[in-house]
Amino acid sequence: MKKLLMASAATALTTGAAMAAGHSSEVKLGVLLSFTGPIESLTPAMGAGAEMAISEVSGDANFMEGAAVTPVRGDATCVDAAAATAAAERLITSDGVVGIMGADCSGVTTAVLANVAVPNGIAMISPAATSPALSTAEDNGLFFRTAPSDARQGEVLATILNEKGIGSVAVTYTNNDYGKGFADAFVAAYSGMGGEVTLSAAHEDGKGDYSAEVGALASAGGDALVVLGYVDQGGAGVIQGALDTGAFDMFAFGDGMIGDSLTDRFGADIDGSIGTAPGGENEGAARFAEMASEAGIDGTSVYAGESYDAAALLLLAMAASGSTDASEYAGSIMDVANAPGEPILPGELSKALQIIADGGEVDYQGASGVELVGSGEAAGSYAEYTVDGGALSVVGYR
Amino acid sequence: MDLLNAFVALSNFVLIPAIAYGSQLAIGALGVTLVYGILRFSNFAHGDTMAFGTMVTILATWGLQAMGVSLGPLPVALLAIPVGIAGCAALVLFTDRVVYRFYRGQKVVPVIFVIVSIGVMFIYNGVTRLVLGPDDQRFADGERFIISARDFRDLTGLEEGLALRTTQGLTVVTAIIVVVALFWFLNRTRTGKSMRAYSDNEDLALLSGIDPERVVRVTWLIVAALATIAGVLYGLDKSYKPFTYFQLLLPIFAAAIVGGLGSPLGAIAGGFVIAFSEVGITYAWKKVLEYTLPERFAPDGLVQLLSTDYKFAVSFVILVIVLLFRPTGLFRGKSV
Repeated sequence: MKKLLMASAATALTTGAAMAAGHSSEVKLGVLLSFTGPIESLTPAMGAGAEMAISEVSGDANFMEGAAVTPVRGDATCVDAAAATAAAERLITSDGVVGIMGADCSGVTTAVLANVAVPNGIAMISPAATSPALSTAEDNGLFFRTAPSDARQGEVLATILNEKGIGSVAVTYTNNDYGKGFADAFVAAYSGMGGEVTLSAAHEDGKGDYSAEVGALASAGGDALVVLGYVDQGGAGVIQGALDTGAFDMFAFGDGMIGDSLTDRFGADIDGSIGTAPGGENEGAARFAEMASEAGIDGTSVYAGESYDAAALLLLAMAASGSTDASEYAGSIMDVANAPGEPILPGELSKALQIIADGGEVDYQGASGVELVGSGEAAGSYAEYTVDGGALSVVGYR
Repeated sequence: MDLLNAFVALSNFVLIPAIAYGSQLAIGALGVTLVYGILRFSNFAHGDTMAFGTMVTILATWGLQAMGVSLGPLPVALLAIPVGIAGCAALVLFTDRVVYRFYRGQKVVPVIFVIVSIGVMFIYNGVTRLVLGPDDQRFADGERFIISARDFRDLTGLEEGLALRTTQGLTVVTAIIVVVALFWFLNRTRTGKSMRAYSDNEDLALLSGIDPERVVRVTWLIVAALATIAGVLYGLDKSYKPFTYFQLLLPIFAAAIVGGLGSPLGAIAGGFVIAFSEVGITYAWKKVLEYTLPERFAPDGLVQLLSTDYKFAVSFVILVIVLLFRPTGLFRGKSV
């Protein structure tokens, strides 16, 4: 009897200790994406991408002594800032996440950063918010993104036009955060290079008739028309109007305009036009696509790789600083993302953790060739397109 | 030469688009004004009636295209318009039978009719989206230009190009035919005269033996034809999207009210007033002024009175001004 008591007491003690140990070493990571709303078709692959990185690290002996990492999903809705803020608040206060992979749309990301992440001192890495305004947002060093700012794309597009010797352009952009931010960035970069912007005017999507917009742009004139809109929306309407009235025959497109429907509709009429869209040549993208298709998700889906990278960066930074406290690990995010160090591709997270444990340095490349610049955003590599013989073709990367 | 260039630029960006747009608005406003004059209410479902008629026309056009029918340089949709009118007429007659006739029998005040027409608008809205979806549809074929900007420049040696699309030419020609036919019908035929009598004084018309239900039916038939033609012309010239037809309601009503509700002549004038104001006020006049003014007076800015974002506001402002100073409209229609 005595023996039995002793044995059960010992068992109870050890289980208790084991439970306590297990509990203290569980790390929760928030996955805050817009699972409902205008980009709900993209987020399943993004969420799955982030969770791939999480499960890769979870239980690794070199990560917080083998702690389990679990993802907790929250819905950012893309358009409803109040709902996104509430979801983020819940992740932090009731689920106890130590970092947030998200959010995605620029508007809700800004709201969550200002209302939840900064007051609670939690780090965020967004895989998809591209608004230039986020570069200067008040973030106490807690906000990063694996998506490039549109400011960068504005520069790239301006550089290409400048190199082609196009000295004056008119700009038309879709009337939302994306279009406005992109247009402002482009105009600033292009004027800085000595180019002349004759007019920068917004257009509304979903209208039947763009002749008034085209009339104003034509009157302002210019060697080319820069269209920063959506190819299935007003952007195409403006191009149609400009072609019909003979106002412009040379165009420059932002990423929203690059798509097959552009050349399906206009074909050789827009030959010689140029465009940019995020994209690059790197080993990581192919590797990630392979891993993802094995896991049953589409790795080439937009921002899926960036989501994997965002989650991986958070976890590697925690490992490098040896802490799950954002005030300590946020400072390490730039270190693990950039050189010097051993380049790390998707699927090599345990190798990275081993290097960190051995006191070495890593340079995380990931699925999107991560290189963080400025206040912690992807430098971004862009593909340069031209329209040739009625088809879009990539002529290089920048 | 400079004056010629100025005129060509003005035609290309203001005159031609405004005339085509004005014709489309005018045919739309004629439908609104007929319903107002004869059935005595503002039909808010008119925009979606246009969308429905156009939808039927588009489906018929696709059918014809699939059978390999071609009209050479003209769009096949012209052949499909009668089918569209028939479909649209069936819909509005059915609506009148099950909805409006009930309220007519109750002799309700016009404001009830207006609210009912808003309900009808939402139903038409849903039907169109259910059948064809909310997206852009393209159904124009045939030759795109009567003369393209590039050809015009080569032909004349002028600096400015002038483009005239087939659909723009077609719009104007069709509008003239429709208006002449409508006025002939209203002024010369027995049915047309009985409609005017019914509009002027319902009681006297009934006394003289006019069948009110027949007048109502004929009115709906004409309205369906006008709505379908206006819708198809707009869709061919611009693009077909159910939501843009809903948005067209505002300029169409503005046109009908500016001209004087109930006055067919006013609807036409109103359509052109609204179209020219919308296009003219938001046009950047820089280029035209550069050609016409001596060099030292040439403007630096764009000389644009209002940004194009405010296009729809223009019809609002004109509407408010007319209602304030001349509530019966330019052609002395019925007071709103």
